[in-house]
Amino acid sequence: MPRRSARRCPLRPEAPLTSHSIAEPLKELGIDPRPLKAQLRRAQRMRKLRAFALVLPLLLFLLLTFVAPILDMLRLAVFDNELASVWPQVTQTIRVWNDRSKLPPPAVFDALAADLAASYHARTLPTAARRLNYAIDNGRSLVFGTARQLPATSQDWAATLQKLDPRWGDLNTWAAIDQASGPTTSYFLLAAVDLKKTADGHIAAMPAEQAIYIDVLMRTFTVSFTVTLLCIVLGFPVAYLLATQPPGRANLLMILVLLPFWTSLLVRTAAWIVLLQEQGLVNNALIWLGIVDRPIRLIYNRVGVYIAMTHILLPFLILPLYSVMKGIKPSYMQAAMSLGASPTAAFLRVYLPLTLPGIGAGALLVFILALGYYITPALIGGAADQMISYFIAFYTSDTVNWGMAAALGTVLLIATLLLYWVYDRLVGISNVKLG
Amino acid sequence: MPSRMIVTLATAAVMAGASVSANARDLSVVSWGGAYQAAQKKVYFDPFKQETKIPLSEESWDGGIGVLRAKVQGGNATWDVVQVESEELAAGCEEGLFVTLDWSKIGGKDNYIKQAVDDCGVGAILYDFVLGYDKDKIKNPPTSWADFFDTKKYPGKRGLRAGPKTTLEIALMGDGVPPQDVYKVLKTKEGVDRAFKKLDTIRNDLIFWKAGAQPPQLLASGEVALTSVYNGRIDAANHDNHRNFGISWNGALYTLDSWVILKGTPNLDASYKLIDYMGQAKNQAKLPEAIAYGVTAKGANALIPKARLADLPTSEENIAHAVQIDTAFWMENIDRLTERFNQWAATK
Repeated sequence: MPRRSARRCPLRPEAPLTSHSIAEPLKELGIDPRPLKAQLRRAQRMRKLRAFALVLPLLLFLLLTFVAPILDMLRLAVFDNELASVWPQVTQTIRVWNDRSKLPPPAVFDALAADLAASYHARTLPTAARRLNYAIDNGRSLVFGTARQLPATSQDWAATLQKLDPRWGDLNTWAAIDQASGPTTSYFLLAAVDLKKTADGHIAAMPAEQAIYIDVLMRTFTVSFTVTLLCIVLGFPVAYLLATQPPGRANLLMILVLLPFWTSLLVRTAAWIVLLQEQGLVNNALIWLGIVDRPIRLIYNRVGVYIAMTHILLPFLILPLYSVMKGIKPSYMQAAMSLGASPTAAFLRVYLPLTLPGIGAGALLVFILALGYYITPALIGGAADQMISYFIAFYTSDTVNWGMAAALGTVLLIATLLLYWVYDRLVGISNVKLG
Repeated sequence: MPSRMIVTLATAAVMAGASVSANARDLSVVSWGGAYQAAQKKVYFDPFKQETKIPLSEESWDGGIGVLRAKVQGGNATWDVVQVESEELAAGCEEGLFVTLDWSKIGGKDNYIKQAVDDCGVGAILYDFVLGYDKDKIKNPPTSWADFFDTKKYPGKRGLRAGPKTTLEIALMGDGVPPQDVYKVLKTKEGVDRAFKKLDTIRNDLIFWKAGAQPPQLLASGEVALTSVYNGRIDAANHDNHRNFGISWNGALYTLDSWVILKGTPNLDASYKLIDYMGQAKNQAKLPEAIAYGVTAKGANALIPKARLADLPTSEENIAHAVQIDTAFWMENIDRLTERFNQWAATK
């Protein structure tokens, strides 16, 4: 092959310089024989690789601390092998149960009895009991009670089990086992939106006293939305003031914004408790001024949550808005007014539209941060003001029901992404400016 | 004499290596840390080391069955004797994480009050949820949970723990259910309905607390007139912050923390010795001086000064009308009743 190209080369002046006839002597002279373009490409590739190597630690960090946990959360919300890991037989055998209007065939009861005995012996019964307790009322005592009284042998396990506890004759019990048999389940995700699967496989609403999560999700968005709105109303004048003062005074004012920003969230929350309580400074001042004659309730309700969260999140709106306002030249307003616009018109038609990217960025930051708030509503809110992270924490650390915690997290993630999409449609994410 | 030094060093190294390879790590005891563990150290751990010459290392933890599961199932657990809450005791015992106790090695079951005896654990302390109030503000003391729900007799807000646990029991007792029947009623659907209906009667006067440190603060600031509270917190507020808080022990809800031995320990004998030491009445009697928890050895109360005994959950008078929190009931129902509780809280 190389031979032929070497021979052809002199005849074609436009042929590239890769031909070996020239390459050999060039190599001897210590000059890279490849064409300039290739060399450039190579150099650029090296540069890209180096740049990539520089961001690689960050990329790995993000993968490990951000992407992987989210994927794991999504996995936990749908994968469910808890029961299958301790009851391998019945979770396999139950697949033969096709006619959902009748109890499963005897083989399934046999498998259940074998699993009960084996897992009682191996001390893995608590896992099965915990998993079934999610979907069956008093599921723990059903599983433990049966296992404790289980005879060594039986001619007819279906009859024996139902005699030990009549709930083994309930279709709902078996539907719950079937749904918990893995490897995937819709139980947690359905429960996170107040739905459940009935014994015959239809999706139905949760009983009223257990249906709370849609309500909690709506509450989470309402609180976040209100706090964002309050932050815009309060933050806009502050940012404007900061941007228009002479530098010395602006720096002083900026410290006033930043000081609380640097203070611990817990400290600020605790400080609000002191201020807002019944015998607190705010109430005492209101009474002293004669505005009210009895202390008003400012804490352990929604009002307190709004006040404290708005205060804590305000800097996140002020800072991006301030930096956008700093970039708006005063000459624009002057130009507008010299062309005959009234100050109000100049503000509304020239200044305000220019600040929109800052408002957009600040509002998005505040809203997303507010969605995950946990400590402030927990300490300042009442029982009816807890947001979704309260329940995620409850399932994660109090009852170790990770499936439910992951499902609630997934629902929040999806709802947030949906809202982000709507936001992008309305405001346009390219219009958002962080500084 | 460098050669002798080398010989000494070599011997020491060999001996050190031998002791490590024989897996002879020190006995370790794990408790809740803070002021409580400091008191335990003074009363139990240090004297035990002195008397028995058994080396003992101390650690603290924040609870959680997952931690114990990982320690035991991972093998080579570095903890031996651990103090656990009642739910960890029940769950860990079911899963076989703890040594099934040989009671003859720790003085026999009769040595302890009956609530302290479990297959896998010995009760270490007994503590209460009680009705707390500020004596400086309330002159005629409340005497029962029924008073807690009587907003005419005791005007002002009430504090309860956020969540159904203890709250529903209190509601039922407030509605006239005798303490010993609380769980019998609560196990029925009608009982749960009844509890929520009772809570409805003071819905607008309720403030829910989340952390154990909150109720004394709520009392101190006058935010609430009456509250459910851990008895130890009231005692600490009276002693450390010079408060004048009172307790109504009628219908107190108590629970125990227990000592367990993790399965697979290489220090089984020493573990029993330590638990036996901590179970003796004369040693236990010293603990309540530092912290207002009841102790579990039968003769201990007789050795505690009368004045102090009156502050403890285990004094005869105080425990007479108290009821033990039913761990099994809550393990089974906490998810469902928490949902119900929040549903109730959200509906106006």
